[in-house]
Amino acid sequence: MKVSSRITRRTAIAAGLASLGGVVFARYPRELPPTYGHILRMGDAVTYAAQRALLPRQGLVREYSRAEITSFPAIGTTDPGIRRTDLAAEYRRLQDGGFAEWKLSVEGRVTTPRTFSLDELKQLPSRTQITRHTCEEGWSAIGEWTGVPLRLVLEAAGIQPSARFVKYSAYDDWVDSIDLLDALHPQTVLAYGMNGRDLPIPHGAPVRLRVETQLGAKSLKFLHRVVVLDEFDDGGPEGSIQNGWSWYMGI
Amino acid sequence: MEVLRMSDAVSVLESPGTRAHPRWVRISHWILAASFLTLAVSGFVILMAHPRLYWGEAGNDLMPALIELPFTPNSGGVDFADRTPIFQDAAGPISANRTTRIFNENGWGRSLHFLSAWFLVIPGAIYLLAGIFGGHFRSHLWPGAQELAPRLVWREFLEHLRFQIRHATGGPDYGVMQKLSYSFVVFLAAPLIVLTGLTMSPTVSAAFPFLLRLFGGFQSARTIHFATFVALLLFVLVHIVMVIASGFRRQIRAMTVGLASRSLEASGGPPTRRFAAASADSLREKPERRLGKV
Repeated sequence: MKVSSRITRRTAIAAGLASLGGVVFARYPRELPPTYGHILRMGDAVTYAAQRALLPRQGLVREYSRAEITSFPAIGTTDPGIRRTDLAAEYRRLQDGGFAEWKLSVEGRVTTPRTFSLDELKQLPSRTQITRHTCEEGWSAIGEWTGVPLRLVLEAAGIQPSARFVKYSAYDDWVDSIDLLDALHPQTVLAYGMNGRDLPIPHGAPVRLRVETQLGAKSLKFLHRVVVLDEFDDGGPEGSIQNGWSWYMGI
Repeated sequence: MEVLRMSDAVSVLESPGTRAHPRWVRISHWILAASFLTLAVSGFVILMAHPRLYWGEAGNDLMPALIELPFTPNSGGVDFADRTPIFQDAAGPISANRTTRIFNENGWGRSLHFLSAWFLVIPGAIYLLAGIFGGHFRSHLWPGAQELAPRLVWREFLEHLRFQIRHATGGPDYGVMQKLSYSFVVFLAAPLIVLTGLTMSPTVSAAFPFLLRLFGGFQSARTIHFATFVALLLFVLVHIVMVIASGFRRQIRAMTVGLASRSLEASGGPPTRRFAAASADSLREKPERRLGKV
């Protein structure tokens, strides 16, 4: 049988689709957030999988000059200490001591679970970035953030190769998580400074997360705990999914 | 060599209703229509959470707005406390704590918006590819140079203003007003609203930073996104009025089951509907093509 070596339009299209399929299959997330049979959560999962499979990875968000810093609304919890919870009482105690006794607990799939004080975080290499905070409500604001890349903290605790997600909890009871691609992103920062000063309480003192590749809601304020996970954890009643929100907010 | 006579051209232009909408056009039309409706409703829900539009990268309640929509629950009613200057300059940017519990249904609004967007982007991309490579756009949607003669366009525009609407042909034999408005939607408005929508995604704009430069920033993209929606909404309203004015039942039938013409039914009816559409198509294929080159 004679085999034609000519590249026809049909073979070119088939080859193109096959290689696209290979790329998509290799980059498709191994675990998607649960949908609980909800059609909107299925759409969220499709969007997450498509962005992870199709987009160039870990592109840097745009950074701005100091002259471009704008006014910045503080919304949601602006003072966790006024709440009537055990965590709020703990926060008040730490606030009275100038957060000298505040500690970030790093646990889960790490070789040495440990805590970091504010001073210990400040001794790690820092990163300052002027980025756009984009709220799911529709507004945006530009601010300067100083902190330690989350990647360095995870590496200092010895993140294990089986890790897939990073969950984090805040003093105002919120819990959220991101996948490893965002957790290890160079602009994902545990921020202790804002616009050249210590992070003010309305914006999440003493330390908040900055997930610049997702909407502002993922950047929880008032952090106290980071847990490295092998499997997805929806965060329970304090997490986004059980509150009727998309877990993935890269869009 | 075949010679196209003027009489042929006139008969081609004036014998209505012998060509049906192809099936792939009918299917795309309704998927895209349903998607547009859902996107419009969910988009409005999202806009109500923050009914202010800006230009540039940043914009929020502590900054002046370009446009503020007056009729939504959050319009003008958001209060702040503890205003603190960010730098030494008291007239410069400030930080302040929001004290109002705002209207916000974005939990379902946003997710529904992005779910319906998939039904715009994927069928829309297939429609565009099929239309470009199948010749549908060239033969039916893109106006020819001779159709764009200002006098003819102006005449048809005036006819539309006087509501002298051509009777439905039941197929893609469009007048120049139709071609111009459909081309505006397909080649300009739809791609623009998709691109500005993608620009608002932090992950997409990190992957393709040129999108922010192209539209002048996140808030500019959001404003253009809304302005394009308003243009598309106006198109849909006029489109529906025109469908009603040119024969509602016939137009709906032509865009669903795909009947070419009532005259075929009246003349005893074809053996099958599909045959009628196909044979009419093949009969008219050549004169139309040649006409385009005159």
